[in-house]
Amino acid sequence: MTVTTRALPLVLALFSVAMIDACKKAPPPPPAPMEDTAAARRAREDSIRMERQRADAAAAEARRRAAQDSIDRVRAAEEAARRDSEMLRSTVTAVINFDFDKSDLRDDSKANLDAKVPVLLANSNVTIRISGHADERGSSEYNLALGQRRAAAAKRYLVERGVAEGRVETTSFGEERPICTEHNEACWAQNRRDEFEITAGGPTLTRPRS
Amino acid sequence: MHRLRSSHFVLALLVVAGSAGPVVAQDTTKGVRIGLRYDPGTRPGVAVLPVSGTYGDSVRAILERDFDLSDRLAVVTLTAADGFLLTGETPKGAPVPLNYALFAKVGAAAVVQVTPTPRGMHVTLHDVERAQVASVEEFSLPQPELGRDWRLAVHGIADAVVEWITGQRGFAQSRIAFIRGNVVRIVDSDGELEQTLPVLGAAMSPSWHPSGGLIAYSTFGPESRIVIYDLRTGRARDFGAQRNTTNLTPVFTPDGKSIAYSLSSENGADLYLMPLDGDAFPRRVTVGRGSENVQPSYSPDGNRVAFMSDRTGHPEVYIMDADGTNPDIFTAFDFGDQNYRASPDWSPDGRQVTFQSRIDGRFQIFTMTLRDRQPKQLTSEGENEDPSWAPDGRHLVFSSTRSGTRQLWILDTESGRLRQLTQVGGSRLPAWSPRLIKP
Repeated sequence: MTVTTRALPLVLALFSVAMIDACKKAPPPPPAPMEDTAAARRAREDSIRMERQRADAAAAEARRRAAQDSIDRVRAAEEAARRDSEMLRSTVTAVINFDFDKSDLRDDSKANLDAKVPVLLANSNVTIRISGHADERGSSEYNLALGQRRAAAAKRYLVERGVAEGRVETTSFGEERPICTEHNEACWAQNRRDEFEITAGGPTLTRPRS
Repeated sequence: MHRLRSSHFVLALLVVAGSAGPVVAQDTTKGVRIGLRYDPGTRPGVAVLPVSGTYGDSVRAILERDFDLSDRLAVVTLTAADGFLLTGETPKGAPVPLNYALFAKVGAAAVVQVTPTPRGMHVTLHDVERAQVASVEEFSLPQPELGRDWRLAVHGIADAVVEWITGQRGFAQSRIAFIRGNVVRIVDSDGELEQTLPVLGAAMSPSWHPSGGLIAYSTFGPESRIVIYDLRTGRARDFGAQRNTTNLTPVFTPDGKSIAYSLSSENGADLYLMPLDGDAFPRRVTVGRGSENVQPSYSPDGNRVAFMSDRTGHPEVYIMDADGTNPDIFTAFDFGDQNYRASPDWSPDGRQVTFQSRIDGRFQIFTMTLRDRQPKQLTSEGENEDPSWAPDGRHLVFSSTRSGTRQLWILDTESGRLRQLTQVGGSRLPAWSPRLIKP
């Protein structure tokens, strides 16, 4: 095996020399028609092969584009759904505010809650927690009870409009978790609030059918 | 000369008697008859002799400070210039002959002599005017020196001496529980040795068991509950956690057998009573019909409860029988402001209730006796909230913003003297312990 392999270059070299000698001795004949045909066939085959390659490449590119378009479309749809869900989520979690030492729902709070209702009804797997908060004035202990009452007021409103009672949990943080710490009415008004937290079923929210 | 058991009567009579001469405050403790003469209308002067031993200076400093903080005694400082030999050493054994005339000259009605013993301190009280020993007692001090229990025992010496001299026991041997950063903390009555309790959740509203061994507090937010913490074992148990409710303002009943607290649900907040032993269920005490009823405080005999309710539309203090019957508004006066009264605390002698009332948009501390129901405003600077009586029924601790941050302050309701207890801002919701005789 080894011997044969090593001998091969020598054999080829000898053969080449013989061929060169032969050419030198006689001018080459004109190209034979047979040879002409073979070359043409090779050229055609090359052409066909290249054409096929081009076609294949184009098809692959088309498929790739189609796939990409599909991905883009899905992504766009997902993005739209995400934005939609985000918007719906912010509708559900938007805070409502209260007057001092009051738990009555103001008109702006009712409008806020009215926007939440269809979203909650269209996403029946979503559960929420309403936490009531108070400003720093008043007794801090009494403010925990006031916060509980504020949370309950919002819950009652939602339940009366069809949201299942068991989907809405209430709690109170009184004046213990202010979002604004200055000692003025602008700040206190922000702190007198209900916060709405999605506790389950929240990753994607479906837009209610209108 | 009058022989009286109560300094309240002493003070009442002083007003009538004027400068009728020296008064004897008197008491009988452990079979020893004690009486010390001092001028009416003044705090009797007391001198503490230097105390020997490694921790003698600490003992003397704690006693002098406690006497001062009691607001019942005036501490007389002994100096070499007055002729006192302050070597830091006193001869072993008592009584030691004292130069009573010299002490009388610097205004000391009493002299306290403390001598270390193997297990604690031997304390002798000298009556300067009578030039004799008035009382002697051994106090044991638990190891280690300067530790929590040791300091509490030294405070107990101070309280005993105040009682020997004035007939009224001091409050030094007590602690104050409070909230800072939603954590329960406990500090000695002199502001030393702040301790932090491990709490289950964000804590509010600590209160003491009559034994001084348990602290109850509430937590808020989801899983709000009432927690009972055992200061001796460090163990905690809790109850009340349920959906859609907040548990608030627990206090022990005076018999120590139950906890009264407020359960705030979606139908208002009512007071409940929960027995501590057995598997009992809480029983509702108030019928608030959707209103808020919080912050119970019992009369010392346990028969009545002061509490805060908004049943008439704004927060006021009410008093009812312990079974929930006969609720009656207590703070029925009108200051022309938007009325808002809260945080009642019934005094240990049962005669009055302290609370907070809003004046010009800020809470101030008030007291009101049950007999004449005349409100007495005690504070006016900053915002002052959540008053709690000392076991002597004379001092109050409350939170105040008067220094720029919210701190705990102690007020002597008789002299008006005020002092700051805490040094870190955000301190609030104080609860003064009963006397902690056994550490």
